[in-house]
Amino acid sequence: MPLLEFTSKGIYCAQADVYLDPWRGVDRAVISHGHSDHARWGSKHYITQEINVPVIQHRLGNISVTGKKYGEPFTVNGVQFSFYPAGHVPGSAQIRVEYKGEVWVFTGDYKTQSDGISNPFEPVKCNTFITECTFGLPVFQWEEPIKIHNRINHWWAQNQNEKTTSLLMGYSLGKIQRLLKHLDPSIGRIFTHGATEQMTQVLRQFIDFPETELITRETPKKEIEGNLVLAPPAVLGSPWVKKLGRLSTGYASGWMAFRGARRRRAVDRAFVLSDHADWNGLLSAIKATGCENVITTHGYTDLFAKYLQENGWNARTQKTQYETETLETATTE
Amino acid sequence: MRRFAALIEQLDSTNKTNQKVASLTQYFQEAPKEDALWAVALLSHRRPSRPVTTTLMRSWAAELADLPEWLFEESYHIVGDLAETIALLVKQETKGVPPSLSQCILEIINLKSKEVAEKKQYILKRWQSLTNFERFVFNKILTGGFRIGISQKLMTRALSKAVDIDENILAHRLMGQWSPQTTTFDEILLNPNPEDQISQPYPFFLAYALEDDFQEKQNVANWHIEHKWDGMRAQLIVRGGKHFLWSRGEELITDKFPELDMLVDILPDGTVVDGELLPFKNGVIGDFNALQKRIGRKTVSQKLQNDIPIMLMLYDILEWEGKDIRELPLSKRQHLLAGLYHQVKGASVPLRISEVFQFSSWEKVAMERQKATKKRSEGLMLKHKNSPYEVGRKKGNWWKWKSDPKTIDAVLTYAMRGHGRRTNLYTDYTFALWQEDQLVTFAKAYSGLTDAEIKKVDQFVKQNTLERFGPVRQVKAELVFEIAFEGIAPSPRHKSGVAVRFPRILRWRHDKKITDANRLEDLKQLLP
Repeated sequence: MPLLEFTSKGIYCAQADVYLDPWRGVDRAVISHGHSDHARWGSKHYITQEINVPVIQHRLGNISVTGKKYGEPFTVNGVQFSFYPAGHVPGSAQIRVEYKGEVWVFTGDYKTQSDGISNPFEPVKCNTFITECTFGLPVFQWEEPIKIHNRINHWWAQNQNEKTTSLLMGYSLGKIQRLLKHLDPSIGRIFTHGATEQMTQVLRQFIDFPETELITRETPKKEIEGNLVLAPPAVLGSPWVKKLGRLSTGYASGWMAFRGARRRRAVDRAFVLSDHADWNGLLSAIKATGCENVITTHGYTDLFAKYLQENGWNARTQKTQYETETLETATTE
Repeated sequence: MRRFAALIEQLDSTNKTNQKVASLTQYFQEAPKEDALWAVALLSHRRPSRPVTTTLMRSWAAELADLPEWLFEESYHIVGDLAETIALLVKQETKGVPPSLSQCILEIINLKSKEVAEKKQYILKRWQSLTNFERFVFNKILTGGFRIGISQKLMTRALSKAVDIDENILAHRLMGQWSPQTTTFDEILLNPNPEDQISQPYPFFLAYALEDDFQEKQNVANWHIEHKWDGMRAQLIVRGGKHFLWSRGEELITDKFPELDMLVDILPDGTVVDGELLPFKNGVIGDFNALQKRIGRKTVSQKLQNDIPIMLMLYDILEWEGKDIRELPLSKRQHLLAGLYHQVKGASVPLRISEVFQFSSWEKVAMERQKATKKRSEGLMLKHKNSPYEVGRKKGNWWKWKSDPKTIDAVLTYAMRGHGRRTNLYTDYTFALWQEDQLVTFAKAYSGLTDAEIKKVDQFVKQNTLERFGPVRQVKAELVFEIAFEGIAPSPRHKSGVAVRFPRILRWRHDKKITDANRLEDLKQLLP
């Protein structure tokens, strides 16, 4: 029996009777990170990296959860589990599973670029590597993040000069805080939408962020005008944006690498910034594990597995219920 | 090149028309004139001919990116645009100032006659010396198809602001076949020499589809009614002892219709007329498909002329005795045209005149519209009796009131990813009808669904794929759509045996099962 199996409830370790990122309620769930397709409601007990504890508590409410440090092993029925940084969002982890000398690693989601807020990705030696491949196509090759952040600040400063509000949109967990961390507060004030403010507050205990101001019913339009607003993409087209004054809209996502996606999203500025590994990131991560077997879970799984096979890996695809962050779901976290 | 790429990037990154016009205006003011003229040419679909095949470009790009060709092809299918795929896959290796737009295009033009090895060397060098977006723009110039959501109208408006010349005058000057290789910005736009202009057509006046409450608001007495002929719009010019025939796409098609050569001796010099080319055999107006056949041929044989004779159905006159008379009211122009037609008509003259009707009520107009199929037209044209001949598509004075489309319920069988805005979504569909217990393909359609519906169909396609053929997926027969189309004709080239014109999706029939879809025989019943 393989150490980890793909079952109708999730990735299962029978020896330990533990599930990794299950998509149904189970007794014991080991969680890679806080995004809603990986940390789901309904399990009796959760074990996750300690920074992720308040994150999933915020999302899932009153749950039974244990936090572990990166690299701190815990053993269940002879199987050793440990978390290693995945670099995806704060508190995100690869889950290392070892039993009788055999090692499997499940990545959850990860990126190899450093984002300034998450512990940087650490390759872990293993026999079998279960990897996401959301952006597993060679057309995805990220630029250095600093260039993107400079562009964002430049865009903001330009808008500020023209008395236009900059509405900067991205995922509420991870992307928004990454954007916030690199904003230049000397340009102006930073306002937030409720959904982004809450998650940012949760993470302030671990990370030093520039000051933000929550937009409430009472916030006068005049105060906001010309400044920057952080919000989830769902606000676009809602009445909420009307009180922001004259707008320039910006959206940060890896999908913005596609011109068609940029045009379809209908924002003024698209920033190609992703919390997932790009093509070269995926390949370098796989090489660094020294693994023989690769299982691709979500993303361009078939194509990526085929390429790996041609290059000497024993690679296969496994269907999961991790909603790949696709071009279309990217707006509706 | 750098400035032009920056312009395209600016145009791409805003949704606001005013901002687009402002960016274009600034470019036209600041760019060197030879670059500005090339920009005008590219944005009005005048491009250098393609020096290499896209097959070669694909294989070179795959080689440069060190990828197996299958992975390059898959990437291309997902990105949906070859120029962009290459731009994304190839990396910039050398920095430096790229050549100007006009210089770069000249290089591309000169490339055409070179050996393949030299072509490859040049293109690889350019790819590796440009930034991502410049590489995309370079590829777009190379492959043609410069569709970037900038209409010729918008471009003309910006140009008008930049050079301070009326938009309509500029639109006229930009008509016809010209190339920045043989003319300059000053010659064509600022100070054109009338003697160079004898072949130059006027911009066509185009109509919008009739609005719903039109009849309630308008007095029928003000409107001249004609049938809307189902052929090829054309403008015939007789000037300086020569004649020129232009298509609506601004192509010179004089050579394709030698039977019109005789008109140069019949029509007075300084005459320009607007009309419809129609197949016309033994006094009967033929099918549009017949005309297609003639346009498709490189040389027009006597046999083709005998098989598919044509005539020009006249409906407007734009120049008379060498004078531009587009400002005259329609009724005056029609009067002039009728007079002219009367003088020159004859059994052997390939001209007819489109009958002008006036009715006393909108009900009578509607009754005339019912005769469209019988008269071999697509419906009616409504033209205000005092209307001038305007430039481009304008609302108000001319309207088209087409016959209701024919419709049929069909099953979605294949889907392909779209391009441009629809990249990465399955938006191009193939539909089939029943023949016994088989589904037989009869049409492809790309439009008619809302964005929300497209998303749902896209999801269905991804979850119900039976087989993949490159970018195409065969899907489970489950969804039924009502397909509308304009015309129908027998066609041995189609598996179904019929060809339909302008098929599009009218609505998604959630209420129907695939067994409720129509049969191929039902479609054939609609054949005229």
